[in-house]
Amino acid sequence: MTGPADGHAGSTPAPATPTTGSPAVALIRTLGGLGVIAGLLIVVAYTATLPRIQANKARVLAAAIDEVLGAPARYDTLYVVGDSLVRVAPAGVDPAALETVYLGYRADSSVIGFAVTGADPGFSDVVRLIFGYDPRESRVLAMKVLEQKETPGLGDKIEKDTTFVAEFRNAVAPLKGVKQADGTDSTEIDMITGVTISSRTVIRVINQTLQRLGPALAATLPEMPR
Amino acid sequence: MSPAKPSTATQDLMRGVWRENPTLVQLLGMCPTLAVTNSVANCLGMGTATMFVLVGSSFLVSLVRKMVPTEVRITTYILIIATFVTVADLALAATAPGVHKALGAFVALIVVNCIILGRAEAFASKNTVWRSVLDAVGNGLGFTWMMLIMGSVREILGSGTWLGIRLFGENFEPWVIMILPPGGFLTLGAILLIVGAWKHYQTERGRARDLAVAMAGKAA
Repeated sequence: MTGPADGHAGSTPAPATPTTGSPAVALIRTLGGLGVIAGLLIVVAYTATLPRIQANKARVLAAAIDEVLGAPARYDTLYVVGDSLVRVAPAGVDPAALETVYLGYRADSSVIGFAVTGADPGFSDVVRLIFGYDPRESRVLAMKVLEQKETPGLGDKIEKDTTFVAEFRNAVAPLKGVKQADGTDSTEIDMITGVTISSRTVIRVINQTLQRLGPALAATLPEMPR
Repeated sequence: MSPAKPSTATQDLMRGVWRENPTLVQLLGMCPTLAVTNSVANCLGMGTATMFVLVGSSFLVSLVRKMVPTEVRITTYILIIATFVTVADLALAATAPGVHKALGAFVALIVVNCIILGRAEAFASKNTVWRSVLDAVGNGLGFTWMMLIMGSVREILGSGTWLGIRLFGENFEPWVIMILPPGGFLTLGAILLIVGAWKHYQTERGRARDLAVAMAGKAA
């Protein structure tokens, strides 16, 4: 049985319904067949782009570590397990699922410090950043925003305002955001006018991350040569 | 435009570029037009991705047009479009990670761009593969050049740069509002106003000329 003619008078011919098989079979065949084609296309594209996407991510991370540790000669990846840092992920645990920190060395094998990532909601979305940290002097070495969706032209100054980013160079943790830093106190970060929430987020992310990981970072360092 | 006469290949290509420009005339795809035009690089990325999805889905929709029952045609189109969007998303992440990051969710939102579903339903489902691809290229070009104009205006005024190149000296104070959402509305409004005024002027001049010809004919 065929359905009623669905052509309006004078309209262009509607896509022809196949004459063989019942409509239900035709629907399943069309959607199923196209689903298979769609799936194939996506799988092909995914496998073809995966190595490059991963390489891009690794490159971005390596550049960020380079920046916040002041171009280390090399760096090790350490995994956070409980309250301590380990060099090798425990057996049976997926290394990708563990939080990682990066320990940077100078050319003479002396330790520069850790590169640590942290994240917290900012004004519009999660702000993710990485910062260099030397637990021996509880000093933040430098800060770099990895991901943010703050207001363009305002909130994104936490990433683009070089004066603000430079405030974190050699700042002593825990950091304190102030409206007008006198430049003498190294724990004070001069916040950007009109960007209070985003500025505060950056400071909060660093303080919270250090509160959480600080003891583990400090415990790992003493045996390392300076 | 007489519907009785079938359009030529050139007409199919050029229709989307100017006469039926998706942004200027049909006012479709406003969401990316307003949201990601705050820099020229974003516009190029968005334009390319949209063009790819448009051409790919028009091609496939036209290819299977005789096999798709009318009841599930929209489902089919969305499935095809979503597939190409996923491919474009992955390709952009692999080739231009910076632009991909800047465009954020808007790459995935190409799925719901009315231009693409519109061309699939209005053109690709009724025309040959070759003509559908031409039509898609035309609409993609039309969308992209409009985005580029918007992006240029907004980036030059809002950041003082074009494609990241500094255009003004240190004394230039950027109009930050131009790269914020209101800047998108202001720029689009201004462009539509200018084009509308120009079209109005053209019509008026044409009418005056017709009238003059008619008067001259009567006098003779």
